Amino acid sequence: MGDDPQGDPQVGGTETRTIKVDYLARVEGEGALYVRIRDGALEDVKLKIFEPPRFFEGLLRGRAFTEAPDITARICGICPVAYQMSAVHAMEAACGVTVDGPLRDLRRLFYCGEWISSHTLHVYLLHAPDYLGYPSAIEMAKDHPDAFERGLALKKAGNDVMRLLGGREIHPINACVGGFHRAPSRRELSDLRETLLRARDLARDTVRWTGTLDIPDFTQDYTFVSLRHADEYPMNEGRIVSSTGLDIAVSAYDDHFEERQVAHATALHCVMKPDGGSYLVGPMARYANNVDRLPPEIREAATAAGLGPVCTNPFRSITVRAVEVLYAVTEALRLIEGYRPPEPAAIPVPPRAGTGHGATEAPRGLLYHRYSLDDDGLITDCTIVPPTSQNQTRIEDDLRRLLPTCLDRPDDAVRDLAEQAIRNYDPCISCATHFLRLEVDRG
Amino acid sequence: MTDKPTLAVWKFASCDGCQLTLLDCEDELRAVTEAVTIASFPEASRAVLDGPYDLSLVEGSITTPADRARIQAVRQQSRTLVAIGACATAGGIQALRNFADVQALLETVYARPEDISTLATSTPIADHVTVDFELRGCPISKTQLLEVITAVLAGRKPNVWPSSVCLECKARGTPCIMVAHGTPCLGPVTQAGCGAICPAYGRGCYGCYGPMETPNTAALVDWLRGLGMAEAAIQRLFRTYNAAAPDFRQAGDRLGEGRHG
Repeated sequence: MGDDPQGDPQVGGTETRTIKVDYLARVEGEGALYVRIRDGALEDVKLKIFEPPRFFEGLLRGRAFTEAPDITARICGICPVAYQMSAVHAMEAACGVTVDGPLRDLRRLFYCGEWISSHTLHVYLLHAPDYLGYPSAIEMAKDHPDAFERGLALKKAGNDVMRLLGGREIHPINACVGGFHRAPSRRELSDLRETLLRARDLARDTVRWTGTLDIPDFTQDYTFVSLRHADEYPMNEGRIVSSTGLDIAVSAYDDHFEERQVAHATALHCVMKPDGGSYLVGPMARYANNVDRLPPEIREAATAAGLGPVCTNPFRSITVRAVEVLYAVTEALRLIEGYRPPEPAAIPVPPRAGTGHGATEAPRGLLYHRYSLDDDGLITDCTIVPPTSQNQTRIEDDLRRLLPTCLDRPDDAVRDLAEQAIRNYDPCISCATHFLRLEVDRG
Repeated sequence: MTDKPTLAVWKFASCDGCQLTLLDCEDELRAVTEAVTIASFPEASRAVLDGPYDLSLVEGSITTPADRARIQAVRQQSRTLVAIGACATAGGIQALRNFADVQALLETVYARPEDISTLATSTPIADHVTVDFELRGCPISKTQLLEVITAVLAGRKPNVWPSSVCLECKARGTPCIMVAHGTPCLGPVTQAGCGAICPAYGRGCYGCYGPMETPNTAALVDWLRGLGMAEAAIQRLFRTYNAAAPDFRQAGDRLGEGRHG
């Protein structure tokens, strides 16, 4: 920070305005937004991420391949499971091992826990206050106690899944290359079943409730990028597809996407090759690309809450997240129903020299890891592309289109709407390896 | 505006997980917000009240020139300052840079490293300002966080003890995995607080709560060698989330020098 954390709007002259948000609130991590308006027209928008760099990709060199799931989890306390899952898949790919059957199911159940918890945190504690006009969920709770309590109970159910399967909800300790250190018993999972049955009702209510919120009218033409799997709504596996016809194996990611460093941020921005276009990952992309993989009753709940088969209004992403929570709870119940403890809890993964790629669907979108290993399984090179890096160019594109529609409003109103538009993406700035502030320059 | 004590939450270089721990107190969050006024907590609220603050929870380590200045301002606004988590108390995983060439790391991650402002080291908050209490863990424990907030509000010392993870295994009834299975474990030298989760899940402790008070790391290193661990692997075990905590740093450095015993 080092500057005024409040970022009071600076109105300079009659022709130009600067609006700054020096420290974006209710996002994970630290960042700012800078908007420059000249003669009533939007001239520049920069989403600034200045989270201090932590150099994970450098620090991982020389570490054992088995250490990557725990170390990369520390990139993000909000979605550690996603990091663990992308890492284990990449390592298993490098070593030529496939983890299937009950272990695969258990990983999916683990991931459901993080989707429930992370999405519910965003829906109720970070995003909903925008629609209802409160600075925080704690203020919102005074007038909407039922919604607040429902959010906490639902989030807790997700945390319960992560705690049982992972030992703890933040930086879980149980996932490893090859599977898990310990698999839960059927009995332990059946205790979870009761919690999840209650959570399913809460999740249904959440979908309905998001349908009652006043959603700003703003639609965009997106290139949606997500995994797609032959018969599941994607979490751990699939091909990388786009709404514009891309359909590639995860190992071809680097041929089609590129990270670029921009001067105003410590996060790298991603674009699609060859034309450098922005794209979107996350719930809206997953939903648009995979709506046919959702069970009919969940699609019905989505439709009843006003969601079509494709959502192109980022302000409606709150409903998409709610639908994904309902799906994750339902899927978790299905997985528990058919659960047989895997024996052993982890299959052996002998290291070998090579390169492996892994991409899974973090709550915020596609999370790509690539590792190269030497004969002893030590990491010689690695690349990690988090969802927020991929969405950053797209968030700036949204702001460039949204802000011209509201420039006649006072700076405070412009700032509020811009912040809300950023929160639509649930940006995880810690994940983008890196800080967010809003600054609007009108002059 | 209010006569309740005020709470501020600050972030430096970190993953957000320790401050998330406060929001993860689903059953206690209402009680916390009734006991304190959340005056500044950007991850949870856009409303920011001016300081000074009765209690500041500081997450993250100091890794940039700007943050080195900002922590001074945070200290000046805070009556009680509690550092939370391995980053704030030991420098975190990013303190692995302290053992490496930062310029080389910059060049590994960024195409234009000259645009990035960073320090050569990641250091804990107490290296820069007076810290009233350090809460360990990667991440911190909910129970311990609530205990620290309660203790600060009551004006007493937090009931958080620097004993080893071994005691928690005994309390939990987990048979020693080093004795029973030969699984390498940092539990004997690691501070308790997590609840000894890893051994209960059949894996060795990896030291995420940092060194206990006066740990006998040399004895443990001998034991780990006896289990067949290579020197480099033992060194990596000490060099993770609390790599720069003095006792772990010394243990790791000794291994790096190739000394035995």
